[in-house]
Amino acid sequence: MNKYYLNYLDELESEAIFVLREVAAQFENPVILFSGGKDSIVVTYLAQKAFYPAKMPFALLHVDTGHNFPETIEFRDKLVNSLGVQLLVGSVQDSIDDGRVAEEKGKNASRNVLQITTLLDTVEKYKIDCAIGGGRRDEEKARAKERFFSHRDEFGQWDPKNQRPELWNLFNGKQFKGEHFRAFPISNWTEMDVWNYINREQLAIPSLYFAHEREVIWRDDAWIPLSEHIKLDANEVVSTKRIRFRTLGDITITGGIESEADTLEKIVDEVSTMRLTERGNRSDDKRSESAMEDRKREGYF
Amino acid sequence: MELHNSQLLRFTTAGSVDDGKSTLIGRLLYDSKSIFEDQLSSIENTSKRKGHEGVDLALFTDGLRDEREQGITIDVAYRYFTTPKRKFIIADTPGHIQYTRNMVTGASTANAAIILIDARNGVIEQTKRHSFIASLLQIPHIIVCVNKMDLVEYSEKRFNEIVEEFEVISSKLMIKDVHFIPISALDGDNVVNRSENMPWFSGAPMLHTLETLHISSDINKVDARFPVQTVIRPQSEEHRDYRGYAGRLESGILRVGDDITVLPSGFTSKIKTIDCFENTYQEAFAPMSVSITLENDIDISRGDMIVRTNNQPTCSQEFDVMLCWLNNNSARPGAKYSIKHTSNDQKAIIKEIVYKMDINAIERNNEDKSINMNDICRVKIRTTKPLMIDEYRDNRMTGSIILVDDATNETVAAGMVI
Ligand SMILES: Nc1nc2c(ncn2[C@@H]2O[C@H](COP(=O)(O)OP(=O)(O)OP(=O)(O)O)[C@@H](O)[C@H]2O)c(=O)[nH]1
Ligand SMILES: [Mg+2]
Repeated sequence: MNKYYLNYLDELESEAIFVLREVAAQFENPVILFSGGKDSIVVTYLAQKAFYPAKMPFALLHVDTGHNFPETIEFRDKLVNSLGVQLLVGSVQDSIDDGRVAEEKGKNASRNVLQITTLLDTVEKYKIDCAIGGGRRDEEKARAKERFFSHRDEFGQWDPKNQRPELWNLFNGKQFKGEHFRAFPISNWTEMDVWNYINREQLAIPSLYFAHEREVIWRDDAWIPLSEHIKLDANEVVSTKRIRFRTLGDITITGGIESEADTLEKIVDEVSTMRLTERGNRSDDKRSESAMEDRKREGYF
Repeated sequence: MELHNSQLLRFTTAGSVDDGKSTLIGRLLYDSKSIFEDQLSSIENTSKRKGHEGVDLALFTDGLRDEREQGITIDVAYRYFTTPKRKFIIADTPGHIQYTRNMVTGASTANAAIILIDARNGVIEQTKRHSFIASLLQIPHIIVCVNKMDLVEYSEKRFNEIVEEFEVISSKLMIKDVHFIPISALDGDNVVNRSENMPWFSGAPMLHTLETLHISSDINKVDARFPVQTVIRPQSEEHRDYRGYAGRLESGILRVGDDITVLPSGFTSKIKTIDCFENTYQEAFAPMSVSITLENDIDISRGDMIVRTNNQPTCSQEFDVMLCWLNNNSARPGAKYSIKHTSNDQKAIIKEIVYKMDINAIERNNEDKSINMNDICRVKIRTTKPLMIDEYRDNRMTGSIILVDDATNETVAAGMVI
């Protein structure tokens, strides 16, 4: 093969670095939305690469639902420490206490939707003009429609029917006061690409992604981890399984899969044979056909 | 699967509304086994609810609520799939004229375009518009799929008629690499698998054609162009003297030791190092994102361009572009717009409309001097400061511009330097 040809993973990496540098240049106060999941870890690592040997010009913003895996928070704090960047936290619990949102009721209650208010309040509080996310177009059908630079109006809303055209590599980040942007540097990556990249670069990721023993219950076709935040039905039984997580969200809604994959290589192999999408195990997307689009319109990640 | 060395092909769909673009992409993903079980079952459910017989394959890309309600594509959907030969990024774009801006969005980064034609209707105005846009965007490879062959009894004669119709346009548009394939997106004929209904067709099915397009020569490797995105100046003790110019090499190759000129200032120097993170390179080529350091300390900032001294672009404040107008608000001649070109952000005015394209006749119209939504015009542009431009046909990255209306902040036009 031609010597002057990038393989696809290098091309995706280069594209993401390009986008991150555009964000740094076009916005005054951009942050990385950091969930502790693999996609935001990859974005953070790419940001480190893009500005090395200088520090990345982004703070990390974590929207904390209070329903976390303890491992995620531990991982977050360690990473922030080693990068020497600022950590901003928007707390859903605070939003509830302040009366900005009300806790959902019932068995399938989650704080997933509540995050939107907390996120938008935090964006406003810190005058953030661009929030960089790890969203990928292959994740979900509404995300498949996202631009690299995605405009949000003064209410934080996305208007998918009326997006700005985005041509070549010329990104238009112009905005009026009170509006903001979302930027998605790894738009064109698939789940497989992310895992291949994590494996190639040997990135540290939370232990939750590797197969481990855990107490779980079977709910909505997935193994939901037992935690203080979960209410058991009378007929639900707790069992111990060897599982791992394909995505990390709230502990109340993130389903695990049974797996023996306890190394990055094994995960890469496992993912390449998967017959279900990674979000297939998340009840936040199962609520309705357009659950993701509806949340995104309101200002979700 | 050993994918690490495989190449990436970005392709787009084009053609008039309802010609079957989304169905084709759905079929391609389905027959190449690139669809997950939960995606399939969700689409089966939706199809059933809407009273479809079988699965509506267009639902794989038509993901927005409004699209599903109306049965049309509104905005580009990106899809990904991999075969043992190649990795693909698909942009499925809308055919409706109202959403041409989204078609241009999807097409601007494509190496190949699949233009669909409904076998019953043949070449119509919207087919011409999209073909014209594809040719303006210099998409190097065009695959014309004559679709819905099942509705014309798989007629070879009908296929040949449409091929002839299209060849009339493609010769006018100077489209070079064209392939023609008769297909049925609905039933899968000649998409992934060879059709048994059209034994008269001796060419390859669409997927095979996509896998074997020769794409290595698509990137310009001659003219080194390095627009500076930002300057890297570490605050730490350890790297205090580091001053790196960060950007992506948009074309060509740069090597350590090369004599370079910084534009527009004209200062010269030599490349000292080429870095990315903890790696240093002897050479970099497009489209690598790197950080470059120079032998001398010179004043360089975002918007400047580093090039080889013996191969420079044109520095100009006044030039001609082919403009696709993408906004509901018509152009205001003489009004100021923001112009974006590589990492440069300046002001510009449209000085003169040279001619407008009559899409249907593929002819120039020298009379009409208005620029409205979806118009394609040749115009003269004047900018407040010089831009470092190449002709679009030599360089897609340094030959392209967009105009932004400061009153709305919307991207109103895409332009290609002539
Ligand atoms: N009989 C037949 N019908 C087809 C074929 N391909 C597509 N169709 C039908 O044509 C209609 C339009 O298909 P779409 O795939 O939505 O068309 P499109 O080109 O994506 O339309 P826009 O994105 O809105 O421009 C649908 O009802 C399809 O089922 C085909 O090969 N044969
Ligand atoms: Mg469509």
